[in-house]
Amino acid sequence: MDFAGYDPAGGRPGRGIVSAKIVVAGGFGVGKTTLVGAISEITPLTTEALMTAAGVGIDDPSKVPGKETTTVAMDFGRITMAQDLILYLFGTPGQTRFWFMWDEIIRGAVGAAVLVDTRRITDAFAPLDYFENRNLPYVVALNRFDGAPQYEAEEVREALAISSQVPLVMTDARHRDSVKQVLVTVVEHAMLRLQSEHGRGFPTPVG
Amino acid sequence: MDQRRVDPRGALVRPYAVTRGRTEPRQDIALEAVLTASPTQVAESRFAGHDKHRIATVCEGRAQSLAEIAAYTRMPLGVARVLVADMVTESLLTLHTAAPAEGFEERMELLGRVLSGLRRL
Ligand SMILES: Nc1nc2c(ncn2[C@@H]2O[C@H](COP(=O)(O)OP(=O)(O)O)[C@@H](O)[C@H]2O)c(=O)[nH]1
Ligand SMILES: [Mg+2]
Repeated sequence: MDFAGYDPAGGRPGRGIVSAKIVVAGGFGVGKTTLVGAISEITPLTTEALMTAAGVGIDDPSKVPGKETTTVAMDFGRITMAQDLILYLFGTPGQTRFWFMWDEIIRGAVGAAVLVDTRRITDAFAPLDYFENRNLPYVVALNRFDGAPQYEAEEVREALAISSQVPLVMTDARHRDSVKQVLVTVVEHAMLRLQSEHGRGFPTPVG
Repeated sequence: MDQRRVDPRGALVRPYAVTRGRTEPRQDIALEAVLTASPTQVAESRFAGHDKHRIATVCEGRAQSLAEIAAYTRMPLGVARVLVADMVTESLLTLHTAAPAEGFEERMELLGRVLSGLRRL
């Protein structure tokens, strides 16, 4: 199945299966994997990249003798939307010391959802700063855990110091419809941003 | 060789041994860029070594992203990227374009398709 770009002769450039990706960020335990799993057609997969203990991305461990290398995992899911269109969802490792992974993950991304747990709101600061900095369209998704303090959306917006332009939605990462709504919000926001930047004569962001 | 890479300790083995120490891919392939292998390509990949054959097999019949290839073969991402880039050069895999990053119209059209795809879910 799924073989819009199928090329029996092989080797020639593909007839174009296009893929897009949305990034899911947030602190440890905030529900990233749960969110991806709620909507992905495959059980979330994990891939690993090597890095030094210092957190610098490296390709060749032998170039840093004596430095301990470790791996950083990111998980992701997939939604096949059409024969020639696949959407991937990438969960980022939460810690900012994994910058190099984030750079790789956001390159070309449609946009991002930053998951926030009201019990640990400060965990969202790093991803928010990062996306702000990279000019990646993002939305904030408040994941309401049972027993967590229930703040008003405006209180959270203020605590996170996010502008009124940034959409803020409530979600339950375990529920497909709720997750779908978060992703729809990301894409709509990205389209609006693109449109307004285009209107103001900005070059199209390269991601 | 294969035995070692399915080792749960994963990256404790020498991952770049399979690329003969090469760490730079011949072309930069995005995490989400998808690849396919036709039956012919899968058959030809047998002569390219065990690891490349495994990769081609993963991409047979279903388009797979670089990230999926790395996950299914349990190779670290960097290793999978080097091998996949080689295989594209060697015509053992067909590389499909990742999301077009340039051009307002193209980008809007893509986002529109993603949006309606999500709404249909
Ligand atoms: N009540 C509640 N629990 C959640 C929600 N999202 C995730 N969880 C739970 O929180 C825990 C951590 O979630 P996980 O997705 O692994 O977090 P990650 O570290 O961000 O990937 C798991 O036990 C989930 O079942 C939610 O929306 N509501
Ligand atoms: Mg997780």
